[in-house]
Amino acid sequence: MEIIDEKPEKAILLLGNEAITRGALEAGIDVATAYPGTPSSEIADTFSAIAKYLKKKGEKPSFYFEYSTNEKVALEVAAAASFSGLRALTCMKHVGLNVASDAFMTYLYVGCRGGHIIITADDPYCHSSQNEQDNRYFALFGSAPMLEPATPQEAKEMARLGFEISEELHSPILLRTTTRLNHARGAVGLKKPKKSRGKGHFEKSPMLVTTPAVARARHPELLKMMERAEKISEKSPFNKIINVGKTSKIGIVASGVSFNYVKEAVEDLQVDAKILKLGMTNPLPRKMCENLIKSCEQIIIVEELEPFLENQFKAMAYDVGSSVKIFGKSTGHFSRLYEYNPDIVTDALSKILKVKNPISKPIDYKIKLPSRPPALCPGCPHRATYFAVKKVAPKETIYPTDIGCYTLGKAPPLEVADLLLCMGSNAGTACGLAVSTDQKIISFMGDSTFFHSGIPPIIDAVHHKRDVVITVLDNRTTAMTGHQPHPGTDFDGMGNPAKKILVEDVVKGCGVEHIEVTNPSDIKGTAEAFKRALDFKGPAVVVSKAPCILLENRTKRKAGKKIPTYAIDQEKCKQCNICIGKFGCPAFYYGENGTVHIDEQQCNGCGDCVQICPFDAISEKEEK
Amino acid sequence: MSKTSIVLTGVGGHGVITAANILGKATVNADVNVYVSEVHGMAQRGGSVICTVRMGNVSSPLVASGTADAIISTEPIEALRYIRYASKNTKVITDVNPVIPFTVAVGGEKYPSLEEVFKEINSRAKLYKIDALKIAENSGAIITKNIVMLGALAAVDVLPFKSDILFKTIIDNVPTKYGKINEKAFKGGIDAIKSI
Repeated sequence: MEIIDEKPEKAILLLGNEAITRGALEAGIDVATAYPGTPSSEIADTFSAIAKYLKKKGEKPSFYFEYSTNEKVALEVAAAASFSGLRALTCMKHVGLNVASDAFMTYLYVGCRGGHIIITADDPYCHSSQNEQDNRYFALFGSAPMLEPATPQEAKEMARLGFEISEELHSPILLRTTTRLNHARGAVGLKKPKKSRGKGHFEKSPMLVTTPAVARARHPELLKMMERAEKISEKSPFNKIINVGKTSKIGIVASGVSFNYVKEAVEDLQVDAKILKLGMTNPLPRKMCENLIKSCEQIIIVEELEPFLENQFKAMAYDVGSSVKIFGKSTGHFSRLYEYNPDIVTDALSKILKVKNPISKPIDYKIKLPSRPPALCPGCPHRATYFAVKKVAPKETIYPTDIGCYTLGKAPPLEVADLLLCMGSNAGTACGLAVSTDQKIISFMGDSTFFHSGIPPIIDAVHHKRDVVITVLDNRTTAMTGHQPHPGTDFDGMGNPAKKILVEDVVKGCGVEHIEVTNPSDIKGTAEAFKRALDFKGPAVVVSKAPCILLENRTKRKAGKKIPTYAIDQEKCKQCNICIGKFGCPAFYYGENGTVHIDEQQCNGCGDCVQICPFDAISEKEEK
Repeated sequence: MSKTSIVLTGVGGHGVITAANILGKATVNADVNVYVSEVHGMAQRGGSVICTVRMGNVSSPLVASGTADAIISTEPIEALRYIRYASKNTKVITDVNPVIPFTVAVGGEKYPSLEEVFKEINSRAKLYKIDALKIAENSGAIITKNIVMLGALAAVDVLPFKSDILFKTIIDNVPTKYGKINEKAFKGGIDAIKSI
């Protein structure tokens, strides 16, 4: 396994996320925790893969790793490791920090002992997210030192040196990434991993119990810590001036991946500039920034999403009495929306600096192309559940949904997603809809989401006797983010046996009186289960249980079993359109004259379509 | 100072990310600087996929419009979908076999005629059509279609290193028992370009 090589001779190609894991290993990481979420997942998955690889070889990993129940639990587990003197890491996607923020905000008051890096992976453009919030504000909000890497190499260095900064300041630090860093690969030079500390020891202190009196005592200490952090920022190798060409009165400030676009744009535009590349962005290196302000006639701030640097630069310019012109979002040259790219950055710089842009304006295709959005996979058990629900639910039924593959049920023809806010919101909003309307309500969440944050709203539904049907689509994995285990699986992130918790047992314990456990591959039986749940007065929970088809087929292939494919008997087919128009498996397509066929390349062999065809036209294909 | 930009596109499940990763590793093996950008997560479930691989004196993993040296696509309309990265000199290599998106059957959208698609690509760049699916099938496994595409890429003379390095990297990165199949696929891709 290349990523754990002690002394690799040359740089290896690593994903930004893998580089972060490697950096932590080089720093002697002891405890790593995570809740998976794109674009952060591979940081955790790499720890998991290393642990399993070593276990197979009969070696003991030098660290402990877990996929925690949710981000808040992940942060708490790792914080306790830090309080015990160990080096800890927690990773999550940006919205995960919303979940963990209760722990995060007060943790900063308390401070840490062993170095602790908290990774927030932001997702400008919402590639795989419900919003594109800029989590750099969490660093300002809570007073957390923050690092922002531009390249996989820098991500590895920041993950390694971040532990030292954290220990020097006795504060957890944020490592803030964006999708284009997490999912970019670059050559990364490696250093020898340090030995981990193993077991720690918890030293008791009254300052660790945040009563109001303690909190009042800790708040000034937090502010003092940030003053010390500013000194580190001033000297940090991650903050530097790069002079391009001759001495210039044009200053360009960039952090994160924006720096990469700036660097190429300045070369392409052939302009002289003083680039301030910021890698430690909270607190800012004030003197360094003020010197730039004083030495320039114009300053251009290039940062994705919010004017985080821009507003601080304006405040600093005011403080030093400078009237330097600051260009950025407020001047309309850069957007607060979405991701940047070379086109956007080069175009904006060329306009501000009044030089010709050598990049041609993008010309799009002229033919209308069909869209190709992601879809529930052929053979996905969620499709069968949704089809069964639609058979029995009244027309006005509202379908609150949740975060996971099953959100894709929004697309036609299923259209079983009407409301979504965040992880766990399906059941909470279901309760509110029951209060506010007379419509029937069937909500959906996955098994991992159920454990993450789906349980408290079920308790709310039980306590207040809400007339709702809450569905747990239980495919025994966290599918969307890459099939990670969760509390409902019988193994953990280290590959060790774990206690498997059944969804139906939990909801029984919550006091739910009507529980149906059904297998969606029995579509008729599942429809009947939903009918009974709808007829029940009070909260009902349906656990629709079948493994993710991708995992199921992987297991079959490993065991040398054939995956069947299905075909349509054209003589029996009456082109009734149910398979395409109601079931909507992507493996179906129209041939000539409206004939319907199954694409063998796409079919995953679930066979659910056999049950939905009213003319028995679909059957397993005979072996050639 | 030379830069090489390759765009790899296709449909989730076609091995586009794997191909980009292998191309990146080969570039490292050739001692050339490299920066790769990938699509993960929600974007993968059968959706349109784009990866970019940039080599040489580059800082950004993303490609500017009209600056790709080559676009390789495992599906014809996906080559056209990202045509903004092409200029007249760009080599666009695509598999000729359509994968019809479900939006056509379910959403009433239209899959255009291949003739039109190829005509538009040809008017914007240098088009190379290959039957990668058939070559992969003849090599022993249709999942090697991505390797066929890499073979084709190696044959159009845009990479800043020898095709042997790419070939060796492929063999080093696939299970030993599939070495022969991948060798056939890679060479099949090269031959397909040479026979155009």
